[in-house]
Amino acid sequence: MSVNPSWFLILSALLFSIGAFGLLIRRNVLVMFMCVELMLNAANLSFVTFSRMLGDIGGQATVFFVLVVAAAEVVVGLGLVVAIFRRRHHAVVDDLSSMKG
Amino acid sequence: MLHAAYLIIAFPLLGSLLLMTFGRRLGEPVAGWLGTAAITASFVVAVVVFFGVLHAHQTDCIPGLLCQGSPIAPGSLLNDQFVQHLFNWVNVGGFHANVDLLVDPLSITMCLFITGISAMIHLYSIAYMHGEEDFTKFFIYLNLFVTSMLILVLGGNLLLTFIGWEGVGVCSYWLVSYYFQKDSAASAGKKAFIYNRVGDVGFLLAIFILYSQLHTVSYVEIFQRAGHLSPLWATMAVLALVLAASGKSAQIPLFNWLPDAMEGPTPVSALIHAATMVTAGVYLLCRLHGVVNLSSTGQGVICGVGLATAFVAATVATSQSDIKKGLAFSTVSQIGFMVLAVGTKNYEAAIFLMVAHAFFKALLFLGSGSVIHALDGEQEMVRMGGLRKVLPWTFGTFMIGWLAIAGVPPFAGFFAKGSVLDGVFAKSPVLWALALLTALLTAYYMSRLFYLTFTGEERFTAVGPNGEPGIEHPHESPWHMRFPLVVLAILSAAGGAIDLPWVHTWGLDTFLNPVFLTTTPAATNSGSTQLFLAIADAVVAVAGIGLAWVLWRGKAARPELTPAFLKRVWFWDDAYDAVIGRPATALSKAAAIVDDEVIDGAVLGTATLVRRGADQLRKAQDGYVRTYALSIAAGMAAFLIYLVTRVFS
Repeated sequence: MSVNPSWFLILSALLFSIGAFGLLIRRNVLVMFMCVELMLNAANLSFVTFSRMLGDIGGQATVFFVLVVAAAEVVVGLGLVVAIFRRRHHAVVDDLSSMKG
Repeated sequence: MLHAAYLIIAFPLLGSLLLMTFGRRLGEPVAGWLGTAAITASFVVAVVVFFGVLHAHQTDCIPGLLCQGSPIAPGSLLNDQFVQHLFNWVNVGGFHANVDLLVDPLSITMCLFITGISAMIHLYSIAYMHGEEDFTKFFIYLNLFVTSMLILVLGGNLLLTFIGWEGVGVCSYWLVSYYFQKDSAASAGKKAFIYNRVGDVGFLLAIFILYSQLHTVSYVEIFQRAGHLSPLWATMAVLALVLAASGKSAQIPLFNWLPDAMEGPTPVSALIHAATMVTAGVYLLCRLHGVVNLSSTGQGVICGVGLATAFVAATVATSQSDIKKGLAFSTVSQIGFMVLAVGTKNYEAAIFLMVAHAFFKALLFLGSGSVIHALDGEQEMVRMGGLRKVLPWTFGTFMIGWLAIAGVPPFAGFFAKGSVLDGVFAKSPVLWALALLTALLTAYYMSRLFYLTFTGEERFTAVGPNGEPGIEHPHESPWHMRFPLVVLAILSAAGGAIDLPWVHTWGLDTFLNPVFLTTTPAATNSGSTQLFLAIADAVVAVAGIGLAWVLWRGKAARPELTPAFLKRVWFWDDAYDAVIGRPATALSKAAAIVDDEVIDGAVLGTATLVRRGADQLRKAQDGYVRTYALSIAAGMAAFLIYLVTRVFS
C-alpha cells in the first residue's frame, strides 16, 4: 500500500505553519527553539517526499546536511540559552532587546 | 680664489642653520654674535673673490671654471665672467638649470656691499634688539635673508635667482611682521608679501618668455643668444621684467607696500627695505641688460616708471611726519632714480647709485633707529627736535648721510646721482629737467627731516600730543650701534671715490664695463656740458637745503606745506581700495551667498535627507526577535504569492 505523496506534503506544510506560528507568538526561548526544530523537520519531510517522488537521491542527501546543521545550531543556541539563564534567571525574548537600533 | 665663491653663500646659510638648531640655548647676546660672525666671514670671502676677479687676466682660464663670454677691449683691467658649477639641479627633457654661480664684476660688487652692510647691521642689531623676546629668531631671519639675497645675486640662471628672489620676499614678510602681536605689523607683512607676489608674476612671465624664445635660462647663454629675440618678444620680456622689478623694488604701480614695511624693526628697514632687497629689481634689469638693450619701447617704459616713482615718492616724502616713513619714501624715490638710469642704458650709474645709496640710506636708517632707541620707540618727528646735543654721534653721522643723499659735493650721493643725471641729460633734456626737480625735492625733504629731528626746541621733554609722557633723559646708543654708524658715515662721505668722473681708466665704471659692454651715455656729453651738469646738481642740492631752512627753521609742523594729498600718498591706497579692494569685497560677498545658500544647501540638504531617512529606518530595528521573524515570514509569504501568481497566470 502506498500513501499519496500529497499527504506528506500537507503534513509538512502543517508542521511548518505550526512551527512558524509558535515562533511568532511564544516568548519562551526554549519553546521558540522547539518551533524552529519543527520548521526544520517539516522542511526535511518535504525534501524526502520529493526525493521519493522524483527518484532523486539528492533530496535525501540534503536532509543529512540539514540534520547536521540543525544539531550544530542547537548546540550554539542552547549554549546561548544557558548563558542567558545564568544572567537573568528567565528566558523571555522580549526582554532581550538591547540590540535595537 | 674664485673657487671660494660658494662660501659667500655658505657662511650665512651655516649661520642660520646653527642658530635654528642651537639658537635658543645660546641666547642673547651670543646668538647675535654668531650671526654677525657668519656674515663677517662671508664678507671676508667676498673681498678675497673680489681680488680674484680683479686679477684674473682674460687669457687665464682658471682650472675648474668655465671661461665665458667674448674677449674684452684691450686696456681694461678685468676679465669677463666666470661660472662656478656646483651641481646639476633640473634636467628634464631639453630644460637644463644647474646650480651655477655667476661670478663677474657685477655680482661681486653686489656681494661686497650686501655682505659688508649686512655685517654692520647685524652688529648694530645686537644692541638694538637687546631685551627682545625673540632675539634669536631675529638673527635666524636676518641670516636667512642674507643667504637668499646672495643666491639672488650670484645665481647663474633665472631659476636660481628666482629662488633667492622668493627667499628674500619671505624673509622680508617674516621680518616686517616681526611684532606680529600688533595688528598693523601683521597686516603690513601681508601687504608686502601680496604686492611682491604680483611682481613675482612678472618674473615668472619673463622666465617663460625668455625660455620659450631662447631655450635657456642661463644668463650667459641668454646674453649670447639675445640677438635671436624678435623685437615684439623683447618688449614683452622687458615689460614682464619691469613688473617684477616694480614689485620687489617698490616702483609704481606696486610701490606702496614699502612705507608700510617700516613696521618691522629698524635694522630690518635699513638692511632689507633700504640697502639690499629693494635693489633686487634694479639688479635683475641690469643682469638682463642684453634683453633690455633690444627694446626701445621697454626702455621708455622703464624711464617713465623710474622717473614717475622718483617724483611721486619725493613729493610724498616732503609731508611725512614719521621719521621712518619719510626715509621709506626717500628710498622709493632713490630707487626710482636707479630705474631711470637703467632706462637710459646707464647701467654703471644705476649700480653706482645703488652702492652709494646702500651706504647712506643704511646710515640714515640706522641713525633714525638710534634716535628711536633713545626716545623709547618714538617715531613721530613732532616729538623730536634738538637732539643735536643729546645724541652727538648720531647727529654727526646722520648729518653726513643727509648731505650725501642731498647730493652735496664731495659726498657719495653727489657723484652717484650726478652720473645718473648725466645719462638722463644725454637721452633727453626734458627728462633731465624733471629728474633735477626731483633731486631738488630730495634735498628739501631730507633737510626738513634733519631739521625736525636734530635742530630747534627739545620737544621730546614735553607731554606728547596724544598724552605720551615726556622723555627726560634720552641716552646715546652703545658702541655696537655707534660703530656701524661711523663706518657707514665714512663710506657715505668717501664712497664717491669708487667712481670719480674724471678718472676714466679706473673705478667702478671700468670695473663693470666688461659686463655691460656699452659706453655710458654720460660719456657722450662734452667736457663743458659735464661741468655744467655737475654745477647744476650741486646748486640744486644747496638750494633744496636752503629752501628747507627757510621754510622749516625752528618749526615743528606746517600743515599748509603737508597737505593730505601728499600725506596720503596721492590717495594711491584709496584708489586701489576703490578700484580693486571694494569690488573684490563685493564680489566675494556675492560669492559667499552662492557658497552659503547653493553649495552648502545642496551638501547639507543631502546630509539632512539621509539623517531623517535613517531616523525612520532605524525604527525597524526594534530588537524583538518576533518582529524579525515576522518580517522573514512576511517576505516569504510575499515571495510565495508572487510565485503562485506566476504559475497560474
